[in-house]
Amino acid sequence: MTSSPLGDYQPGSTVLHRLPVGAKLLGLVAVSVVAVAYRGVPSTTGAILLAVLLCGVARVRLAHAVRALRRLLVAMALLAAYQVWQRGAEHAFVVVGALAALVLLATVFTTTTSVERMIDAITRWLQPFRRFGVRPDLVALAFSLMIRGIPLTLQVAAETRDAARARGLERNPRAYLTPLVIRVVAHARATGDALHARGIGDD
Amino acid sequence: MSRIELDRVVVRAATPGGPQPEVTVLRETSLVLTEQRVALVGPNGSGKSTLARLVNGLVEPTGGRVLLDGTDVARHGREVRRRVGFIFTDPTAQVVMPTVAEDVALSLRHHVKGREERRRAAEAVLASYGLSDLADRSVHTLSGGQRQLLAIAGVLATDPDVVVADEPTTLLDLANSRRIADLLLGLDQQLVLATHDLDLALRCDRVLLVDDGAVVADGDPVSVVDHYRATAH
Ligand SMILES: Nc1ncnc2c1ncn2[C@@H]1O[C@H](COP(=O)(O)OP(=O)(O)O)[C@@H](O)[C@H]1O
Ligand SMILES: [Mg+2]
Repeated sequence: MTSSPLGDYQPGSTVLHRLPVGAKLLGLVAVSVVAVAYRGVPSTTGAILLAVLLCGVARVRLAHAVRALRRLLVAMALLAAYQVWQRGAEHAFVVVGALAALVLLATVFTTTTSVERMIDAITRWLQPFRRFGVRPDLVALAFSLMIRGIPLTLQVAAETRDAARARGLERNPRAYLTPLVIRVVAHARATGDALHARGIGDD
Repeated sequence: MSRIELDRVVVRAATPGGPQPEVTVLRETSLVLTEQRVALVGPNGSGKSTLARLVNGLVEPTGGRVLLDGTDVARHGREVRRRVGFIFTDPTAQVVMPTVAEDVALSLRHHVKGREERRRAAEAVLASYGLSDLADRSVHTLSGGQRQLLAIAGVLATDPDVVVADEPTTLLDLANSRRIADLLLGLDQQLVLATHDLDLALRCDRVLLVDDGAVVADGDPVSVVDHYRATAH
């Protein structure tokens, strides 16, 4: 299991670490739009070169980049096979290459952006909505709790499945779904109590 | 020290679908706690957590009042929660931010303005608990003992007057229990500690024995703990 779901933040001080979160996201969106709108060998090649360059600038560890690509390996292989069959190798390169480039660029983003900075950015972006009653810091906290909830839920799921297996009940979905739901709800309530005790949401 | 007062407090809880529509979790109780370290002992389900939670308003009395230095906890919840820190048995729910430093910084957000200042203040807090090397660690990768220490650091960062801890060592191994116990019992703040560890209770200044929703013994640690040992079955 990865230790953090967005996972991949590596502390550092490269240009990309220091760039504002919004600028990085806009850049990511811009490259995606260009790669789709001007679909072709030059744009895909450009995107791949840019992705590799930025991986270097951000000092993304090779293992890290490989892991990000491997998650989509099956999908990319199927897509490539289909494109080669339907439209030829060049088109397959354009489509799958652009996808791989965007995965790498997204990895550059998560590698250089801590959850804290992302939350700060969300808080700032939501400031204009204050007058409609939105509480930016609470939204940001909810975002953080959600991110934190993913690996916790996975862990509880693994534990309840093991417990069901230990009782020979692995074929009975109720035997692990019921305790899973109860524990996730209990955790949510305990988190609520803890936030309350820490005075968060009081202001 | 603060003065924690329970004035004819009763706690009932609704139990929809149960044999009775509600149960009495805490029978009418009146107490004044002014000692620096007060322990709550008693069997599972006796009402220790309920008593502990009353002190910072996590549980509100069905009848009667809880007062902290004369301030009604139910009416001035926000003010009371800033003065009373709470440590839970399972720190997993208490530690909410992705990294150690961010979690402490979250506690400090009312006290220190500005992200950089907060980050530095959080680092200072971590340093004082020997947790500096964990600052950028993901909270998922901490051991149980480290996580409980972090939860406590997060609570103490705001410098509360009273610390309430509900079985803070129950999930920990011996070495970590000792470390956490020494830390809590060595605090300058007033401490209310629910625990099953009678050695910890003996290190407090006053012990309350809770059984079946009532305080059945109250006094100096040795006699109350002896009484508990003699009557537990
Ligand atoms: N909200 C509630 N609803 C129903 N029963 C409750 C509620 N809160 C506590 N109880 C019951 O009250 C009793 C005392 O609980 P608690 O204070 O958690 O005891 P302890 O911490 O000593 O184990 C237990 O039997 C518990 O099941
Ligand atoms: Mg309890």
